[in-house]
Parts: sequence; C-alpha cells; structure tokens
Amino acid sequence: MTPFSTLPAIIAILFCGGILAWLSERYFNRGSRQISLISLSVAAALLATYWPHLTDSPTGVWWDSVQINWIPRFGISFSLAIDGLGFLMLALTVLMGLFGLVVTWRDIRFRRGFFYFNYLWTLAGVVGVFTAIDLFLFFFFWEVMLLPMLFLIAVWGYEERIPAAIKFFIFTQASSLLMLLAIVTLVYLHYSASGILTFNYRELLNAQLTPGNAYWLMLGFFIAFAVKLPALPLHTWLPDAHTQAPTAGSILLAAILLKTGAYGLLRFTLPLFPEASAAFAPVAMSIGAASIIYGALLAFAQQDMKRLVAYSSVSHMGFVLLGLYAMNTVAAQGAVMQMIAHGFSTAALFSLVGAIQKRLNSRDMAQLGGLWSSLPKLSATALFFAVASLGMPGLGNFIAEFLVLLGSFDSNHWITAIAATGLIGAALYALLMMQRVFFGGLRTPEDAQTRSPTDLKAREFLALISLAAGLLLLGLRPQVVFDIAQPAIARTGTLHKKAPTATSQISSPKLRLSAWPDTDHRRGNSP
Amino acid sequence: MQDFFAPFLAWIPLLPLLGFVLLIALPLFHLREPPEAVSAVVGVGSVCLSALLTLLIMWTLFLNNPSAVLQVSLWQWLKVGALQLGFDFYLDWLGMAMLLVVTGVGFLIHLYSAGYMHGDDGYRRYFAYLNLFVGAMLILVMADNLLLLYLGWEGVGLCSYLLIGFWYRNSANGDAARKAFIVTRIGDTAMLLGLILLFSQFGTLSIRALNTAAASAPANNLTVTLAALLLLGGAVGKSAQLPLQTWLPDAMAGPTPVSALIHAATMVTAGVYLIARMHPLFNASETAMSAVGIVGALTLLLAGFSAMVQSDIKRVLAYSTISQIGYMFLALGVGAWTGAIFHLMTHAFFKALLFLSAGSVILSLHHEQSLFSMGGLRRKLPFTFGCFAIGCASLAALPFTAGFYSKDQILLKAWEYQGGFNGIWFTGILGALITGFYSFRLLFLVFFGNDGPASAQCKDANNGVMTLPLSVLAVLALFGGLLTPPLQRVFTQAPAGHAPLWVEGVAIAAPILGLALAWLLFRHNTSPMESRGKSALEKLWFSGWGFDWLYHRLLVQPLTSLARINRNDILNSIYNGTAFICRQLHNLLSTSQNGLIRWYIASFTCGAIIFLALLVVL
Repeated sequence: MTPFSTLPAIIAILFCGGILAWLSERYFNRGSRQISLISLSVAAALLATYWPHLTDSPTGVWWDSVQINWIPRFGISFSLAIDGLGFLMLALTVLMGLFGLVVTWRDIRFRRGFFYFNYLWTLAGVVGVFTAIDLFLFFFFWEVMLLPMLFLIAVWGYEERIPAAIKFFIFTQASSLLMLLAIVTLVYLHYSASGILTFNYRELLNAQLTPGNAYWLMLGFFIAFAVKLPALPLHTWLPDAHTQAPTAGSILLAAILLKTGAYGLLRFTLPLFPEASAAFAPVAMSIGAASIIYGALLAFAQQDMKRLVAYSSVSHMGFVLLGLYAMNTVAAQGAVMQMIAHGFSTAALFSLVGAIQKRLNSRDMAQLGGLWSSLPKLSATALFFAVASLGMPGLGNFIAEFLVLLGSFDSNHWITAIAATGLIGAALYALLMMQRVFFGGLRTPEDAQTRSPTDLKAREFLALISLAAGLLLLGLRPQVVFDIAQPAIARTGTLHKKAPTATSQISSPKLRLSAWPDTDHRRGNSP
Repeated sequence: MQDFFAPFLAWIPLLPLLGFVLLIALPLFHLREPPEAVSAVVGVGSVCLSALLTLLIMWTLFLNNPSAVLQVSLWQWLKVGALQLGFDFYLDWLGMAMLLVVTGVGFLIHLYSAGYMHGDDGYRRYFAYLNLFVGAMLILVMADNLLLLYLGWEGVGLCSYLLIGFWYRNSANGDAARKAFIVTRIGDTAMLLGLILLFSQFGTLSIRALNTAAASAPANNLTVTLAALLLLGGAVGKSAQLPLQTWLPDAMAGPTPVSALIHAATMVTAGVYLIARMHPLFNASETAMSAVGIVGALTLLLAGFSAMVQSDIKRVLAYSTISQIGYMFLALGVGAWTGAIFHLMTHAFFKALLFLSAGSVILSLHHEQSLFSMGGLRRKLPFTFGCFAIGCASLAALPFTAGFYSKDQILLKAWEYQGGFNGIWFTGILGALITGFYSFRLLFLVFFGNDGPASAQCKDANNGVMTLPLSVLAVLALFGGLLTPPLQRVFTQAPAGHAPLWVEGVAIAAPILGLALAWLLFRHNTSPMESRGKSALEKLWFSGWGFDWLYHRLLVQPLTSLARINRNDILNSIYNGTAFICRQLHNLLSTSQNGLIRWYIASFTCGAIIFLALLVVL
C-alpha cells in the first residue's frame, strides 16, 4: 500500500485545515469558517471515493488499509483501515461535522480561528478513532479527540462551562487510563504467549487468553467505552458537558463522540474478548435497559431544554448497548442504525435548542412557551425531530429501536420487555418538550421581549431539512445501511462461538433469528 | 384486470400523502400563507381523488367478485437476518370495506372541514395534518405485514395527537393531546412486543403467513395466546376500550370534524380492524377471544352509563363512540367478524353524521358546547335537526336505520354464541336500551324544549360545502344497512342460524324503551340534572367511573414525583461525593503545611516518639 492513500489524507486534511484556520485568524482575522468548510468538503469528497465499494461485494474484509512502521521496537505501526462499519461512521462524522459547521455559521465570535482549530482537530481525532486498527494508534487518536473537545467546552461554553469541562475530562481520562492498562496488558499477554510484540488489532484477535484475564481486560475496555457511550451509572458527565458546550460542540459530542464508545464496543471489546463478552452480556444488556429507562425518566424531569435532549441521549444510547450485547445480527444492525439515526435526530435537536437560545437568550422551559405562533418554521422542524426521537415508524430511529428489541428478545425476553417501556418514556419527554416550549400561550423570557425573534434562516432551515430527509430515508429505505454494515457485523459475529443462553420463559421452538453466521473469515482478513 | 389495477393501488395512500407534502411545502415557494382556497383544493382534492380511485377499483374489480384480491410490492423495506419485510400492500374485501369508509367518509369530512374551518389561521396546517392522517390510515388498512400496519398505526396516532392539540394556544388542548398519545402509546408498546413475540415464534411478520401459521398451531398455545393478548393491548389503546379508554373523552378538544373523522369514524376503529385482520390468530386462543368479548361488553356498558349523564354535546358522542366500539369488540369476541365490520361501517356513517351536525350546532352557537345552554333548536336549525335526528335514530338502532341492521346481526350472533341466553347477549341488550336513552336524551336536550341561554344567539352556520356532506351522510345513516360488504370469503364462519322470535323482538324493543324513558324524563324535567344536584352515582358516571382519578393517583403522580425527586440525578452524588472527600482530604493535608517551624518540630517530635514507641512495643 502506498502511504499516500485516502485514509491518512482525510485525517491530514482535517489536521491541516485546523492549523490553517487558526493561522488565518492570527494573520488575516477572517476565513477560518471558509477553511473549515473547504477542508470538510474535501474530506467528504475523499470519503466519497469509496463509493464503488458500496455496490461491489468486496472480496477482502477491509476496503482499504494503510500500514506504516511507527515504533517498530514495540510493534507499533501507523495502520489505518476502513470497512463498511468504518465507512458508515466516517460518513456520519463528516456529515455531522458539516452540519454543525453550517448550522452554527454565525454563532462564534470570540477567537473564531482557534474554535475551528479545535473543531477540526476533534473531527480528525474521531476519524482516526474510526479507522485505526493498531491499538496504540487507536489510543492516540482517542486522546487526540478529547483535548480539543475539552477546549470547545471550556472556552466557548455557557455559564457553568469550567466545572462541566473538568468533569468531562476526568471521566473520559480516568476511563481511558483503564483502557490503556488493558491494551498494554493484552499486548504483554499476547507477547508472552506467542513471542510476538505487536499492537496490531488483526494479530491481537488471535490472542489466547485465560478466561479470567480475558474478563478483566474486557472490563477495562468496556468501562472506557461505556463512559463514552454513556451507560449507567457512568453517564453523569454527559448532561453537564452537553448543556454547557456551545451548540456546535454539543452536536459533535452527541452525534459523533458518543458513537466512538459504541464503535469501540463493536470493533474491539466484542471481537477481542468474545467469550468474556458473552459471559458479561446479561449484565451489559441490563445496563442498557436501565439506561433507556433511567435516561427517559431524567429527561422527563428536566427544566432545561438542552439537558432534556442530553438525557434523551442516555436513553437512546441504551438501545445501542442493549443491541450490541444481544449478540445477534438483527440487534447489532439495529444498534448501528441507532448510532446513525440518533446522530441525526439529536444533532438536529441540539441545533434547534441552540437556535432558540440565540434568539431568546434562554433554554429554560419554564420561561418559554407557545413559540409556534412566533417561530412556526422552527417549531415545525422541532416537531419533526421530537417525533423522530420518540421513535415514529417511517423514520430511522424506529427501525433501529425495533431491530434492537427484536434481536434482543431472542437473547433475553424480560430485559427486552422492560426496555420496550422506554418507548413510552420517549413519548413522555418528547411531547413534554413540545408542549412546554412550542405549544400553549406565547411566553418569552423578559429580557427578550423587546426583540421579535426571527424564524429559521434559509441556511439553518436547509441544513435541518437535509437531516430530516436523511431520517426519512433511513426509515423508509434502511436496507442501504444494512447492506454496507453487514460484512463487518457478520465478521464480529464469527467470533462469538458461544452465544449466551436465553433465559427463556416462553418456549420458542421455531426461533429463526439468525445466529452469527459461522464463516471463517477470522483469520483470512489480510488487507 | 387484477394486474392492471395493482400499480394504482399504491396511489390510494400516496395521493393524500402527496397532498400533505404539498401543503407543508407551500409556504416555501410563497413565503406567505397561501389563500384558503388553495389549501382546501389540495387538501380536499387529494382525498377526493383517492376516494374516486377506490370506488373505481371497487366497481370494476371487487363488486362482482367476493374473493377478489389485489397486491403490490413497492420495495424491499428491511432484510436483516431472517427478518424480511417489504413495503407491500394487500387488498381484499375486508380492506376494501375499510378503504371505502376511510376515503369516502374521509372525503365528506374534508369537504365539511373546508367550510367549518373557514377563517382559522391554521387552515393549511389543518388540512396538512388531515391529509397525513388519511394517508397513514390507508397504509394501516392496506399493509401486508404487521410492521407496515404498525407504521400506519403510529402515523394515525401522531395525527390524532396533532389534531387534538390543533388549537395549541390553549394548553389544555395540548394536555388532552399528550394524554391521547401517551395512553395509546402504552397499548402500542404492548402491540410492538406482540409483533416481536410473533416473529420469534413464527419467523415472519406477514399477516397472511402468520394467520396460516396460527390456524395450524396447537389450540390454546401459550405463546399464541400471549401474542393475541398483546395485540389486543394495542387494539384497546387505539380503540379506547377498557382499561385504556380514558383518552377519548378528552380528545374532544380537537376541532369537531377531527372528532368525526379520527375519533369516531376511522382511527378508533383500527383496533377492530386489527383483530378482524388477525382473526385466525385470535380464533386459535379461547382466552384471547373471551378477553376481547369481555372487554367489549364491559366497555359498552360502562361508557353507555357515562354517556347518559354528560353535559357536553361532544362528550356524549365520545362516550357513545367508546360504547359502540365496545359493541364491535363484543362482536369480535363472539366470532361475529362480519357483524363487527358491518357495524364499523354503519357506525362510521351515523357517528360522522352526528359529529358533523353537532359541529354545525356548535358553530351556530358560537362555540357553545354545553347541552344545558341549548334547547329548542329544531326551529332555528331545521336542516341540522333533521340530520341529527337521523343520526340519533341510527345510533339507537331504531328499526330500518343502518345501525339497526348491523347491531341486530351482532346481537343475534351473541345469542347463538352460547346457544341461548348468556351474559354477553344480555349486556348487548342492556347496552341497546342505554343507547336509546342517551341518544334521544341528547336529541331532546338540544333540539326540543325551551330555548337555552345560548339558543338566543343562534345563527345557522351551515353553508353549501357543509350541507352536502351532511345530506350524503344522512342518506347513508338511513340506508347504509343495505350496503353489506361481501365478507363471506374473508371470514369463513357458519351462516347465521335462527334465534327464537322473541329474541329479535327484545332487540327491537330495547332501544324504543330507551327512547320512551328519555322522553318521560325529559317531559317531567325539561332541564334534567342541571337544576338538582347530582347523586353520587351520577357523579361517578359523569367522571367516567373515576378511571382518570385512579390513574392519576396510581401512575401519573408517582411517576412525576419520582421524576421531580430525582431531577438532579441521584447517581451524580456518587461522583460529587468523591470530589467532596478529595477536597476535604486536600484541606486536611494542607493545614499541616502551615509554614510554622514550631508546628513542624512538634509534629516531628510526636512522630519520632510514636515511631520509637512502636519499635519498643514490637
């Protein structure tokens, strides 16, 4: 493979774009937004070169990969690769990056260049996370995406930004320390067993571990990813960080950064420790179901609109955890779909909250009300995304949640039945938000009453409408996504030799949910 | 012929959906609100076209052929693992009957709305929602698999929510809308679990495949029973049956044509349709069948009693809708599939007529809805009076009205069901008496007697676009009994046997007795239940048997107070606690570093002594 292939180019474009944006502020005092837009568009164009792979049935497992020696002494290499799952995540990253940029085009006034530097570097880190297949490199990118995000919250956030930023940092840092320990131990154990010192993901998949070791290592990875996801009870950084982050930051956090946790579980935790994960699955599924319900309950209790959306993320990401640990294709496909659909709907909701805050200087639902009569377009758009988030069939979120429930029912009836009540919870908080903010008599905060707020601008409206169209497409023609993700998910599945035994109350003799297909791709995945 | 029409099938739901898209997109081109005429033409026209298309297909294909079937696959929706679902439509006579009701009555109500909503600032929004509703309802009816049906099912629920809360400035409307959505969502979640259970049992969600599989499953299989009960959960939510009936009376907050279309003629009967559609599954389980029958019988009685004492014209009609749908559930429970669907049809005619005429009354009285402010309106609104009277006669099932034929069929079947006198049949007869009472009480209070306070300001608000649908519906409510849909190929059931003549006689006499009772009470007390205080029983009936109070205490309050208590997330205190302890430790240690030499010497000495002491002791 030539070193100048597409994947490093995407990362390099984003890194360089970030530096340029910063420099442009320093020396020209303008142009940082345009530079960001251009670099993101170029990244999108580069990503689009993988288009042929979508229709082909690729022969290898990876569509494309790059490997450059980095620290050969420790078996560390700069190796990136992309497959269907990675492609979906990259597409989500770039699209949401563009969306966040466009929808908040005029929001940032203070240190704009530095803002877009951080914005692009976060995205670059995320792209790295989604493509790295060297564990050391993965960890490196995992850290790269954290620091710029920290700055986005701490510098451009709202009133309580510093504590929120510190909390965010401590949670993610402490958990990634666990992951680092787990990575190093895994590499060491593999080294002592096979004599090969490597951080390469594909090599480590073959690591022979004792069940005890595997369980502890799995936990190390799991906790790091569960914090990011976030899963109960490690979610408490999220409402603060989301609420205090600037709108673009919230969009990045909700639409992309949370997905790195889910991606990590699917890419690393499940395949590296299949038996341990299977043993852990009932716990993880229970955590998922608990997150769904607890998140919905807390969202229902909030006064702050942004916190409501943040807690709804906890609830929605619970479905991802539930689906991933149900250990079958249907649920895993649902989880992947949920990652994308939740990205779309939550990004849109955060941008709408941001739009309201910009216009009325408040996101407190006690101070708002009846906005439909003064901001009909904004309110109708909010209605659409609120309805999407409560799982209306015909939109992507429903397909995702249905598949997760359908698949996990196979693994555990009762957890699934309990998780399904989250659908009622979603209706509770989403409609409560609609009622308090958009319906009822017109109420605006006192300091905003002199100005009559303007409705959505064409730029904001177009950005939101394209997300709405995307959700509709995901709801009506989701097969495209399933086809792209299928090989990657099937491959994860081959590693699950032992599916968890269903604690079944109802005998289901004709159960036909497909188990993981039993192919032996596992060893034959050379680039 | 069938191949020729199949491609057009998709246009039936597509046309109203296109109307919806056009209506919400109009201001994008205009920037200003389009004139009412444009919205009305798009909104009414799209449903009109879809009704014409339905009629055309019925005429050419279905009329002479009871076993006609049309199906069309639009695209592959989902194919994950063993789950394969298409965006497929399927139409037989059961679906056709529903289509005729939805598009036909739907079109009439759209037309009426064009006049009723005149001057409302949400005119376009109204028709957009209404078109979306019709589209979703048609998808529900034509769906070939349960997930697609569920899509339509949730879609109509959403439109119901939007239209109940249509006048959003009044937050009470919003509360009623949310209540409707959330209560039905509880049922819908049960239904979704039913779908999941059915899939895990039978490996398919295709309605026909499921029905075939259920028919051949061993009788009273636990899973089949459970799945049928979960589907019943969805049906009772959507059709406002016990125990999820509480949302429908509040749903009257929406515009009256909406109540006519969604909360009387079409959406609330979706539960009946679902059970009829899945009848082999329900047939396979005795428990499920008796559950359906008991739910229906109980609901029809409880709601009937509530309807007798209401004071709001629309709430009477709402409770009567719940009660009539109870009849349909009763019919389903005794296996009178044809009777249930037939009653669904006639009920759509006369209840739409009643709601629309009530709408005319309300509009003529400047949005007055209290029965006790009305009275003597038959002289001021003769046309509306005629329509309302026909509606009441049909609702009470007086002989030779449409309601009579369908209700009679149900009662006969209920009699035969256990080969003679039984509780279900008796409930039905008692219900018929109560129906006769409350429908004529309503008619007398509104149109007879002395003028009420609001009658003085009465100004006939009917105009052309409103009288036409009223006339058509009045004809249907009178003669709709002749339009029996040929459902014998859809439901294979034994032909009706013969019950003793007195059974028939009782069925005819019951509503007439109700009428007479209503007249007697009305004559003796021209404004009953207003002047004198209510008895405890009447209060209980008035509140709908206290279900709202019970649910509020049992579910709403605990949930909201739990949410309020935990607003700041109890789990957060773990981390805040950790941070607090760290800070305290930090403070403790930093006090020891105070820079005072004598402190250091003292602590050094103490430490040394302790250390030495330890050495000596050990």
